[in-house]
This record gives sequence, C-alpha cells and structure tokens, in this order.
Amino acid sequence: MGAIYKREMRAFFTSPIAYIYLAIFYVISAFYFVGNNIMGATTDMSYAFLGIFMIIMLFIPLLTMRLMSDEKKQKTDQGLLTAPVNLAEIVLGKFFAAATVFVIGMAIYIPYILVLLSLAGGLNWAAVIGNFVGLLLVGTSFISIGLFVSSLTEIQIVAAIVSLLINFLLYMIDIFASRVSFAPLKQVMVAVGFYNRYTEFTQGILNITSVVFFISVIFIFNFLTVRVLERRRWS
Amino acid sequence: MIEVKNLTKHYGAKKAVDNISFTVNDGEILGFLGPNGAGKSTTMNILTGYISSTDGEVLINGIDILDNPTAAKKEIGYLPEIPPLYPDMSVREYLNFVYDLKKCKIPREAHIEDVCKLVKITDVYDRLIKHLSKGYRQRVGMAQALIGNPKILILDEPTVGLDPKQILDIRNLIKRLGKKHTVILSSHILSEIQAVCDRIVIISKGTIVADDTTENLTKTVSDDLRYTARIDGPRDEIIKLIKGIKGVEDVTAEMEREPGAFDYEIEVEENSDIRRELFKRLAERNWYMLGLKSNEMTLEDIFLKITMGSDVKVGTKPVDEKTQRELMEQVSGAVLAADAVSNMKKSDDGAEPESESDGGDE
Repeated sequence: MGAIYKREMRAFFTSPIAYIYLAIFYVISAFYFVGNNIMGATTDMSYAFLGIFMIIMLFIPLLTMRLMSDEKKQKTDQGLLTAPVNLAEIVLGKFFAAATVFVIGMAIYIPYILVLLSLAGGLNWAAVIGNFVGLLLVGTSFISIGLFVSSLTEIQIVAAIVSLLINFLLYMIDIFASRVSFAPLKQVMVAVGFYNRYTEFTQGILNITSVVFFISVIFIFNFLTVRVLERRRWS
Repeated sequence: MIEVKNLTKHYGAKKAVDNISFTVNDGEILGFLGPNGAGKSTTMNILTGYISSTDGEVLINGIDILDNPTAAKKEIGYLPEIPPLYPDMSVREYLNFVYDLKKCKIPREAHIEDVCKLVKITDVYDRLIKHLSKGYRQRVGMAQALIGNPKILILDEPTVGLDPKQILDIRNLIKRLGKKHTVILSSHILSEIQAVCDRIVIISKGTIVADDTTENLTKTVSDDLRYTARIDGPRDEIIKLIKGIKGVEDVTAEMEREPGAFDYEIEVEENSDIRRELFKRLAERNWYMLGLKSNEMTLEDIFLKITMGSDVKVGTKPVDEKTQRELMEQVSGAVLAADAVSNMKKSDDGAEPESESDGGDE
C-alpha cells in the first residue's frame, strides 16, 4: 500500500491536478470565510462550511478521475496486478493519497480558526469539530465514489463527469425527497442524501447515524472498486 | 518450475487458450512461439495472475496462482508486451517504486544499481521515462521484472523495438539469467527463440502444436524437401529429364538467372536423394550444372506450415509427445537424413567442383 500511496502522492504534485484543486479550494473557502465570518463579524462557521460542500462535490472528481482509469489506459495496471500485493492495498493506497490531498485542502481552516480566535477570543468548539468531522466524512465519501467510477472506465474525463453526476444526485436527492409523497421511497431518499446529513454536522450536531452512514459509504465503494479489479481478471 | 495443466481461457464464446499443458523446469529457457493472436500473451497473463483462467491449473514453484496469488507472484518477474511504465516518473523513481511495490528485502541502492547495470540503463537513470526511446523503455521494463531477483522470469516479446546490438545484449542477458532462473520467453521471431531457448513450445489458435527441444526441432527441420539447381541447357528438355528421375514430384523453372541457364526448383518425395542421379544424367547429355542447393526447411517454414494449417491438421486437443513428433515429421517431410548436406560434400567426388547456386558467377 505504501508504494502505491507514495506514487500517487507524487503523481498529484508533479501534475497540475493537486495544485488546481487546492487553489480552487483555498480561494472559495477564503471567499466564504471572509464573506461570512469577517464581513458578517460572526464566529459561526457553519455557512462557511456549508458553502464548501458544492466545491468538493464539483472538484473532488478532479482528484479521483485519473486514479484507476489511467492505469488501465497506460497498461500499468498489469504491473500492479502482477506484483505481490493484494487488490485492497492498491485501492486503499490510491484512496488515501486522494484523501491526503483533500485533507491538505481542509487544513486551510486552521489559520481561519486562528484568525477568528484572535478576533473574537472564543469559539463554539463543538460546532468547529462537527464541521471538520462532517467535511472529512463527506469529502472522503466523494473520493471513494470517484475512485470507484474511475475503475470502470479508461477515459479520465468520463470518470470525472460520471462521478460528478453521482455526487450531484446525492446532493439533490434531499430536495427531490421533499416532493415525494410515497413514504417508503421518501425515507430511502432521505437516508441516502448527503446534504441534510452534512448540514447537521455544520450546525455542530454529531449524529452517530450519519457518521456510520458515511463510513459505510466509504467502505462499500472501496469494496466495490476491489470487486471491479477482481472481476476484470475473470472477464 | 512452472506447471501448466489443461489451461483454458474463454473470452465470451471465443476460446483464446484451449486446454494447453506444459511444464518448464528450473533453469530452463522456454521459447513460446506463435503468430499474433495465437494466445501467447493470454497464456502469459494467466501465468502471472493478471487474468484468470476459465479452467485448468497453474503452479508456480508448486504454488497455485489462483489459491495463493500473492505468494505465487512473489516468485515471478514479468515483462508484459507493453512495459508497465509510468511516463511521468524518472527511471530512478520508477525502479524505487517497483522495489517498494514488490516489498523487496535486498539492500535497495545496491540492488537497483545491479539491475540497471545488467540491462544497461545506468546512463538514463535520472531521465523521465517519457523522454526515453523505445529500446530504453523496453530495458526499463526488463529491469522492473528483475527487481527483487524473482526465480521465474516471464518475458513477453522482450526484444521488440530494440536495435540489433541491443537485441544481442538482451539475448545474452536472457541466456545468462537462464542459468539461475526459469525463463519463459515469447516471440514470433524464430531465430531469436532458436538462439536463446532450450525448448520451444509452438502455439497456434490457442493450442500447442509442437513442444520439443530446440535441438530436436532444428534437426527435424533441417531435413530436405526441395532442391534448386542451376542448369545450362534447353529448358523444356531438362524439365523432362528431371521429371524422369525416380522420386521427383515436381519441377518448375521460372527464373533465367544467367543467359541460357535456369534455376530449377525440384520437389522430391521423402527419402529421395536425387543429386547423384541428376548429375549423371545431365553429364550424359552434356548439359552443365552450374549450381545445386538443397533448400533446407527453416523454422520459418515449419512454423508457417504448422500455424497456417496447410498439410497439417491443427489439433483442437493438446497433442501428446508422440503425436507431436509425428506432426513435426509430417511437416518436415523427412525427405533426407539430417546429414544430407555432409553426404553431398563427400560424394561429389571432385568430378565437378561443388558449387552452391550462387557459385554461378565464377
């Protein structure tokens, strides 16, 4: 796993991808932070975190699109799959590399918090922690979805667009659910929606169901990616 | 040691590999020969665990590749048809990555340096792979396979894209590695397989059509089937004369190579040596033989014959050793004893200086 993780980290930072992603993340998060907290003179960061949801939904596919599809296209998967490593190591190495870039993006909130602390002198720490946990869970969920989609195609841009559509659906499904009158369907839709669960986190509510939900999403999609690699051998 | 038993691979309805079995012993270099699409790469991909077989068993040093893939893969160094190189990495970074990937225990720096020296890529060590020529990439691919000193090397067309000097280097390297490793090498270049391998497996349409030592195969195919004679004299009468010799099946004379002299392509039956008789009869009529050459059947011929299915039925079932022999004999025709060429030299008795067909320019 270590070898793959290291290689992916290197690939992120020798290509423009990580820089583009981080630049977008930093600029938009700064925009929300300044707009809400500095201009609005409040220590409530929930709006700043809420706004960033759209950004990770749109741009995480940029981080994940290449991960699997490119290996297949360049035939380098042959090197990985004939090396003495198991498939889970390959998938997790890539997952953690993308997650690391994501966390490097998230780290920008630390200086923001320090700025708030120096200006206001105190913070609602429960809310801050909730925001961090929520953002981390949603982000890594999007990564595992993007990684899975990337394993289904050889073409990066297809991987990016399809995972973007899935992310968008998971965002919109809460809004659709409010229009559905058939109760069981409505329940399912609410259960799989990302946005309402994330909103809760930004308000400082640490809902264990939601934590379990996102961890399950990560687990399931990484597992599915392993299955895709496995199945390719048998086809 | 690699044991392959009744290996079959279907792609949908198409059988890419059909029930093949063979064994490669320790320290043996096995040549895997076949036209494109014969199933060479598929077989190699199965041996290395990249794809799975539909049916059958592969044992790598006694370990089943499907039951215990990680342990089996540890034994193998694999160079696929397209080397699995990351163009955005330098050779140094790439080989270090492979070293980590294979979880090697050998001292890193020294080992990677050794491998680089072995395949002669030390001078491009710090260059990006995307800037390397095809020959260098192929050798980096080779280096990648050698990292970790695996006991078994599986090389899919290792000399593709190399220049003649590099091809020689790689061949010598493979020969040297063959002393300590078990090597499977695929190619559609026969001379290469002949030069390097101890044993040859010929595969066509997913089945093994021949499996024998290089020596035996070469011996079988050096038996003669055809002669080319350059004779100065009236063409039609000479054709009639040659056809009158016992054992001659067909004569054609298409090419007038010198004024009045044609090259006669003579096909003979099995075990017929017509050379002495031909010489005698021509001498009686005072026609001059300017050259006589027995056309040895090359591996190319046998390969084409076997794989094109002409004259020979390509079995749909694996052939056991005996039928393989018969098949080879059938193909080569076994017209003359293998020492026909040396006989020729002895028996020409100086009556006419022995001349090859190209001796006509004397």
